[in-house]
Formats: sequence, C-alpha cells, structure tokens
Amino acid sequence: MVTRLKQQYGTGIREASTYLGQAYMVVDFSVIPELLQVLRDQEEFDYCVDVTALHYPQREKQFDVIWILYSFAKNERIRVKTMIADGEALPSSTPVWPTANWLEREVYDMFGIRFDGHPDLKRILLPEGWKGHPLRKDYGITQQDQEWVQINLGIESGQ
Amino acid sequence: MTDSAKYISHLELGERDETFLDSNELIINMGPQHPATHGVLRVILKLDGEKVLGTECVIGYLHRGVEKIAEHRTYTMFNPYVDRMDYVAAVSNGLGYCEAVEKLLNVEAPPRANYIRVILAELNRLASHMLWLGTHALDIGAMTPLFYTFRDREEILKIFEKYCGARLTTHAFRIGGCQYETYEGFERDVEKFLAFVPPKIDEYEELLTGNRIWLERTRGVGVISGKDCVALGVTGPVLRASGVKWDIRKAKPYAAYSDFDFEIPTGQNGDTYDRYLVRMREMRQSLRIIEQAVGKIPEGPIMARIPKVLKPPVGEIYHSIEAPKGELGYFVVSDGSTQPYRVRVRPPSFVNLQALDMMVRGALVADVVAVIGTLDIVLGEVDR
Repeated sequence: MVTRLKQQYGTGIREASTYLGQAYMVVDFSVIPELLQVLRDQEEFDYCVDVTALHYPQREKQFDVIWILYSFAKNERIRVKTMIADGEALPSSTPVWPTANWLEREVYDMFGIRFDGHPDLKRILLPEGWKGHPLRKDYGITQQDQEWVQINLGIESGQ
Repeated sequence: MTDSAKYISHLELGERDETFLDSNELIINMGPQHPATHGVLRVILKLDGEKVLGTECVIGYLHRGVEKIAEHRTYTMFNPYVDRMDYVAAVSNGLGYCEAVEKLLNVEAPPRANYIRVILAELNRLASHMLWLGTHALDIGAMTPLFYTFRDREEILKIFEKYCGARLTTHAFRIGGCQYETYEGFERDVEKFLAFVPPKIDEYEELLTGNRIWLERTRGVGVISGKDCVALGVTGPVLRASGVKWDIRKAKPYAAYSDFDFEIPTGQNGDTYDRYLVRMREMRQSLRIIEQAVGKIPEGPIMARIPKVLKPPVGEIYHSIEAPKGELGYFVVSDGSTQPYRVRVRPPSFVNLQALDMMVRGALVADVVAVIGTLDIVLGEVDR
C-alpha cells in the first residue's frame, strides 16, 4: 500500500514505517485532504478512530496533527501525521469521516488549530469565550482565563 | 442537505424570532441538571410540538484536564487519574493505560497478571452493564430493575474491595502487571459469584425482555445503521447492535483474551431494544470468560521486571481496548523523560455521544431520554 501511495504522491509522503509494530506515515500537509480521501475510498480505512495533535513549541512547524485510522476489512490501524505551523489551517476531514466533527473541535479547543470547511468549528469542552488553548506546552497547568472566571463565576480565582 | 448535516445538526439558535409567529418551533434546554442525562450533559432540543427537529450537545461541565495533568506527572503517578474518567468501569481504564505504557516500554505483563486482569476487567464489564441496565430502565419508567442490578453489582464491588481496597476507583493494576496478589479465597469468591449471577440476569430479562411497555418504548427507537455507526466512529455494544460484528477483544486481542472462547453478540435492527439484548448477552459472555479464566490462573510472578523509574524510549504508541462502552484508546508519546510528553485518551463515550443527534432526529422528546440511556455514556469520560 505504501509503495502505491508513494508512487502517487512522491515526496508528499516523507516517511512511512512502523514503530513497535504500529504503522505510521508522516506526510506533507499539502496532500492531506486528498490522501485521507484515498485512504478511505481505496485502502478501506473506513473508521477514523481519533484526530489529535501534539505541540512542539521550539519547532518552526509547531504542531503535529495525527489521524488514527482503522480498516475493518483488513483489521489494520495506521497513523497519519502531518506538521503545521501556528496559525496555519488544515482542511477539515469531516466530509471524509463525519466522526471528525467533534474530534476536530476538541483539537481546536485544546490547541487552537483551525480546520477549514468544518461545519461548526467552536470550542467543545471549554466554555465559549475562554481565552487560550490549554494543551499547548506554553499554557501552565494552573493557568486559567482569570477574566472569564471573574465575570462568569463571580469568584476571584478558580484555583 | 450537506453530507455532514446528515449526521450532526448545527442549530442556529439566534434565528428563532423571525419565524416565531408562523411556526411551532420551540427550543428548550434539557440539562445540565437533569436526572435522565446521567451526569451534567446539556442537550439543546429544537422541537416541533413533540417532535425533535435537531439537537445540540453542550458538554465540558466535568472537564478536569486529565490530558494536561498527564504531562505533569510521571507515568506511574498518572495511573490513578485514568480511573476517574469512566468511573463506573475504572478497571478497564487502568488496563488500557497500563498496557499502552507497557507497550511503549516494550515489556509484557506476566501470564498470571494477565489472567487477573481479564477476570477483573470482565467483572467490571458486568458491573458497568448492570449499572447501565438499572439506570436505563429507570429512565424509561421501570423502577424495579434498578434495585435488582444495584444489589447484584454490590457483589462485584465487594470482590474489588477485597482485592485492592477500593470499590470504584480501584487502581487495580500497575504498569508491568498487578500490585497485589489475589487474596485468600479470591477464586472461591469469583466462583460463588459465577453461580449467583446467571439466575439474576434471567430475572432482569423476565422483567424486561417480553414486557410490553419496555418493547413499546425501545423497539424502533433511536435506530442507527451499521454504516452510519462506522461513519460516526461509534463502537462497542451500539455498533454491534447495528449488525457489525467487531470487538477489539477478538480483532486485536490484548491481555489474555486470545486464550478464551467467547462469542460476539450482535443485533440486526440497531434500535434501543437490540442494544439492550446485545448487552444482556454480553453479560453472559463475560461470565463465560471469567469461568474459563478463574479455573486456570497460572502460577508465577504478577509483576514484570521493570525499572523503579520509568523512562520509556522516545516514541509514540496507540493502544486500545474494548471497554464496556466501546473502543478506549490511549495515544502515549514519550520524549525519553520520566513524564509523558502527551497522553491522548480516545474516549468511547465522547465519540458515541456524537451519534445522539442522528438517532433522535424525527423522534419524540421522550425518546431522547431512552437514546441517551441506550448510548451508555459516562460524563466523566466524555469531558475528561
């Protein structure tokens, strides 16, 4: 499968390997919408297990966005990973897997990564109007949106 | 209608006034404080009389930032936190986390530990399904099953308490195996439970399976097809009740599950009644697994040889298990230090709850309660 995809996308697929028996692919973010579509339609990865992200603040392209996909037909899992810079937006994978809807909202909420074409991109776990994205590495563990807490909860501090 | 709107509606709450005079549309809040939402879940319902036109879930009321906490604790210190996600199936949570970190460390729990893990995890599945049955039946109006299931669940919690001292947030397993050897008489207690519980399950079924009110309230309610389940990432009993025969215990066996003989119950209609039947049959299958396991727990150590300070090599791993609610996955990233760089939890309740909108659209308000119950969500896990 990897050789087939590599022929099609060439350098778009930077790395395809396994770690501890789990297959993963690191791809260029320009091939993302198309590649995910191909993975679903031609390679039968019909179940999107998870969409999540990682933050590396010291890197130029700060974020890793990861899709974990599963194929019922092949009983195989694969991770697709791409890197984007802060402020860049990825195309949404909701048209490919409707389940990505809430998962992408969570990534947006926690990391501030935007997904273009998402039907309703807004915060999901934190309240609307909260400032900051808590799973970024530069967000402290006891940090909070003081202003929001004072206005909405009527207390000095939530800590 | 666009494709995504087919699965999840997005209510435009601001536009109501324009159509106010010539329509019967009504927007009401269900929750966050509502007995039938199983926690603090708020569902905004758009209604036309009794009919549901669309819904929107507002979640996050129980958000504790578990994933953030993980980045500030060592691998071992984070272990008890996972119990607080799906607090009615804490053993499963711990099992998934321990196995994920073990994979990252490239160690395997010894066979004896794996057998103990399977027994406790299956007991926990029973406890979770019993709690689900009691509360789900109560939501629909049948009060008796609640008392029956809580009475019988108590027996499981007693075994947990004797094993590790805790009833709910058990922290039963450690990375590398189990902390505790089974107590004196563990096998006897489990065997006694195995003899005790099947007549009780018969009793629940007697109350509900052929009950006309139960049938009217559950048959054809909240129907979802297998294809839509897959598209929405729905897993666990909900997926199986829609006819997809998929269980991680079979598809990607973990712990000692490949040693045991059991079936994957499935349904055909994907309605609330089928989901009820699937879970009832799953309880009997769990008993079968425990029965096979308890008779032949191998001798040997219960802990693998692991260092005191855990420093997994740089890398990442995704490991998932079949929790009572569906696929519970852990994506753990190590940067070589003592603390995880990131722990991502793939919670089954969160993903399954997404299907609520599709399942209740076009149904009656009363069915919303039935469908929330049948999805078997735990808000601690939805919000983490």
